Amino acid sequence: MANKFGHAISKLLQLSKGYLKRSPVRPKSSFSAPNWIPGRSKWLAFGALTGGLGALLYALDASVDASHDCVHPPKQFWNHKGLLSALDKEAVRRGYQVYKEVCSSCHSLQYIAYRNLVNNCMTEAEAKAQAEQVMVKDGPDENGEYFERPGKLSDYLPSPYPNEDAARSANNGAYPPDLSYIVSARKGGEDYIFALLTGYCDPPAGFVLRDGQYFNPYFSGGAISMGQVINNEVVTYADEEVAPSGSQIAKDVVTFLKWTSEPEADERKLLLIRVFLICSFLIGLSYYIKRHKWSALKSRKIFYVPEVTGNGNGQSKGNGHGNAKAKTDEACPKHERNKKEGYGKNNYGYWKPK
Amino acid sequence: MKVIYNTLFKRTSTYAVAIIGATFFFERAIDVSSTALFESINKGKLWKDIKSKYE
Repeated sequence: MANKFGHAISKLLQLSKGYLKRSPVRPKSSFSAPNWIPGRSKWLAFGALTGGLGALLYALDASVDASHDCVHPPKQFWNHKGLLSALDKEAVRRGYQVYKEVCSSCHSLQYIAYRNLVNNCMTEAEAKAQAEQVMVKDGPDENGEYFERPGKLSDYLPSPYPNEDAARSANNGAYPPDLSYIVSARKGGEDYIFALLTGYCDPPAGFVLRDGQYFNPYFSGGAISMGQVINNEVVTYADEEVAPSGSQIAKDVVTFLKWTSEPEADERKLLLIRVFLICSFLIGLSYYIKRHKWSALKSRKIFYVPEVTGNGNGQSKGNGHGNAKAKTDEACPKHERNKKEGYGKNNYGYWKPK
Repeated sequence: MKVIYNTLFKRTSTYAVAIIGATFFFERAIDVSSTALFESINKGKLWKDIKSKYE
């Protein structure tokens, strides 16, 4: 960024030199680049600082990228990755089924309620049926006692453990994270989760795994407390056309988790089209109006009439334009007016087209 | 151009009415066209495409 600024400065210098060559008289005031932009050194310092900061941030991010403690997940093709591409709701629906049958025994999904599922991956009746399958602890009744009731649409998905300590004690001290925002929360997003789920393999020779740990090259450090849960046909799909292979199941559950992380994704991408349409129109209009209003200023002509000393042979002091005065008198009637109004020693003026 | 100016743009009150009326039609047009574009790009992925299977 500082580089670009330096180029701009050198270009300005060249331009100013060109202007100097064209005008017949060299003005007295210094015309070097610093006078074009006030506080130039301050701006240069600011630009250098910003550029340095940007480079530092990039280097920091890249250093995390080049981490040696896990393998980078390979990039998969997700059909919701495009700028205007919606999430595949069929996959979200299957993913919910996978979550319910496989993942919900350990992982909570506490920020999704049953009503969020309605008209996203299932009908209202289906969501209600799903909710009624779980028992929810409800608030104190008139006797002050807590009671259990079947779930409603307004309830959030139940957590397998009441709190983090219970979760840890049931899982060898490891806490199965809540999955609601996991795709947004992990570097690599969908690719990482997919690779993690499908990437279990034997540890390399000499790798130490404690009890209850498994090896996963995509997990930071390699030792993960979750075993491989996604296997071929661990879930049976209602739709016979989709074969429940391990990778298909992983793909569906990751699409579902992408939806839980970004439930507004479809609407956001739809809005992008509208914003683009309206903004392009407004930008074009603004540009036209700006140019229209500024045209008066931008098409004015600025001239400088040199001061000539009045001696007999018409030679002016210091420059060789003896008849400059006479010429300008004929060329611009305003010069006379300027002289009369006493514009000062340096006869600057500007002439706007009528 | 002159007709538009004389009928709509000359008075501020009529200008305001013109703006409000044009906004209504403009907004509606953009709504319909952007939704149509989005749905054509994402055919088969949206809930409205698959809900007939489950109702």
